[in-house]
Amino acid sequence: MSGGSVNIRGGRVIDPSSGRDETGDVFVVNGKFAKQPAEGAEEVDASGLVVCPGFVDIHVHLREPGQGAKETVESGTKAAAAGGFTSVVAMPNTQPTADHPGIIAWLRNRAKACGAVNVFPTGAITVGSQGEQLAPIGAMAGAGIVAVTDDGRCVQNHEVMRRAAEYCGMFGLPIMDHCQDASLAGSEAVMHEGYWSTLLGLPGWPRMAEEIIVARNVMLSEATGTRIHCQHISSGGSVNILREARARGVAISGEVCPHHIALTDEALAGYDSNFKMNPPLREQSDIDALLGGVADGTIDILATDHAPHTVYEKEVELAAAPFGIVGLETAVGLFCEILLHRRPVIDLPRMVAMLTINPSRLIGIDRGTLSVGSPGDITLLDPNRSWIVDKETFLTKGRNTPFHGWQLRGRAVRTIVDGRTVWKLGA
Amino acid sequence: MKWQRKDLTELRGLSAEEITCILDTASEFKGVGQRRLKKVPSLRGKTLINLFVEASTRTRTSFELAAVRLSADVVNITAGSSSLSKGESLKDTAKNLEALAADLIVLRHSAAGAAQFLAERLRAGVINAGDGSHEHPTQGLLDTFTIRERLGRIAGVKVGIVGDIRFSRVARSNLHALKKLGAEVIFIGPPTLVPPEFQRAGASISHRLDDVLGELDVINLLRIQHERQKAGYFPGTGEYAALFGLNAERAARLKPGALVMHPGPIHRGVELDGSVADGPQSVILDQVTNGLAVRMAILYLCASAPREQEETL
Repeated sequence: MSGGSVNIRGGRVIDPSSGRDETGDVFVVNGKFAKQPAEGAEEVDASGLVVCPGFVDIHVHLREPGQGAKETVESGTKAAAAGGFTSVVAMPNTQPTADHPGIIAWLRNRAKACGAVNVFPTGAITVGSQGEQLAPIGAMAGAGIVAVTDDGRCVQNHEVMRRAAEYCGMFGLPIMDHCQDASLAGSEAVMHEGYWSTLLGLPGWPRMAEEIIVARNVMLSEATGTRIHCQHISSGGSVNILREARARGVAISGEVCPHHIALTDEALAGYDSNFKMNPPLREQSDIDALLGGVADGTIDILATDHAPHTVYEKEVELAAAPFGIVGLETAVGLFCEILLHRRPVIDLPRMVAMLTINPSRLIGIDRGTLSVGSPGDITLLDPNRSWIVDKETFLTKGRNTPFHGWQLRGRAVRTIVDGRTVWKLGA
Repeated sequence: MKWQRKDLTELRGLSAEEITCILDTASEFKGVGQRRLKKVPSLRGKTLINLFVEASTRTRTSFELAAVRLSADVVNITAGSSSLSKGESLKDTAKNLEALAADLIVLRHSAAGAAQFLAERLRAGVINAGDGSHEHPTQGLLDTFTIRERLGRIAGVKVGIVGDIRFSRVARSNLHALKKLGAEVIFIGPPTLVPPEFQRAGASISHRLDDVLGELDVINLLRIQHERQKAGYFPGTGEYAALFGLNAERAARLKPGALVMHPGPIHRGVELDGSVADGPQSVILDQVTNGLAVRMAILYLCASAPREQEETL
């Protein structure tokens, strides 16, 4: 399939991969960025808008195969497009678990057939994500995975994790880890362990359950040289561990999700399962530490952990409800609101980098950049546009959001994949 | 004041006036149990369903008797006999009960927040009879009622609650009721069972029963469950009893008028010696009697609270 062509003129062009930040034009000819405009192509007036590489979300649950009631490749990628994301990385905790090349191939075919944006698969670290036996990582690498992860679970056996890190080095694959010590977290935990869990009588995860695994991953990465990426960092202490390790040059990184910087554990006071996620919402001091980590570059990737569930699954006693919330259609608004507007944590080019070139480099894809010759993925962003979150307008199948009714500043207004507009605000 | 709530899910959200209103109403109802004819017509024609998804004999019986004495019709549903055991959701079970025109649902459930979950979704009044480790409001109220009845006041009274505070819905409901009415509450037990976060909720914390024993006006002993020992919260019941059990020697060092309480069922010889449980300072059976009066008050108040207009079908 050859790509489209489009000439985007007069916007503020921000391309962190080259340091470009100026008012100017961007051209895509036959799906690739070009120096000269495409003749006869669609002209887009981007004045007043930010023109940046298409956003890349490295943490998305598309739920297929096996859980199409929650989300499908089609609905999930449409939601991604509506949120300004041109590429998503699919987590392997599907049914069955994406732990062999057949499922990876199936997902890629599915994405080719009905994906609105690029889909990059990940494979499980261990068979069934059971944490015991290595999955066929080499075969999955051949089938096109960009990373391995047991997301939703965490490999508890340090020996298994060490061998996984050693083995992945052979393929240059990063490991993404859901950092959580199961013995400290317990099987019944539903929220952050602290004042609110104590008051509400709910079993909690202590911060140390995350921090111990982050520290382990630092040691394993240092010993093996394999890049380990710590997913959805929620605890302030994890930021300190990452900061120290990165300063020493360890190949370790972390991502932050919107909900972990937008909400605290107090939100659980009404036992609403739309605030139940894993890792959990923590305290204001954690938010401050996470924002500090974003500000000084310790955390250099923004992601959603988009986790759709059906209404009936979520509308149960809190203990019985599944973890997670949808995020693709609210993330950009929340990141703009929290990182740029409420208290400027970083500037716009830094935020764009955390959504484009940084995640692209982690997973080794040729996107997240406006460089000539690269695939023409573009997000047109209005960082000041005020809007109100309405879950009934979501393109994801999930309605499980804690942000319904929130007023946010900042929204993607057009999403372009390989030079073709796949979504436009108001269209 | 006029009672406005159709539900009682927790004491944390109640005002001191509301708690006092319940206690005063309970005082009026207490007389009913002492009559020859132990029945008033207050809830005649109302239907109450005891939905006990977690096992309980004492609390369920108390609610059942309270309803019967108010002339309500009562149906008991327990976990094994309900469609919940066939995989029906709590929401569907409750909606079905409401469709049978239940006016009040008394819920005992292992999940914290279960009562609130139902209260938000049903027109029927929902009374929390214990939800996981969250709250057991009527127990907190009957303990408070008993203290007020015996000591004549709550304000300024020093109440020690000893034992498995971490997992105790009784401790939480007691804390909220007693603090709102001006008592001082000390949580006593090993650090593994008494999380420091309770201080922010207004409790003092002590890990040495012997240090505070002589200051207490009330000592409330909580049941120690063997499953906590298995989970490593303390090494054994012998060591627990040595450090935190109220034995005769310790009981002798209580203030002369101090009350000994226990929500039951008692582990004699673990948290409480038999001689103390049966001794002159024990008000454990008063608690049981008062529980009935408090539950009558709650059922009456919640059933009589103003309802929103019924939806047109």
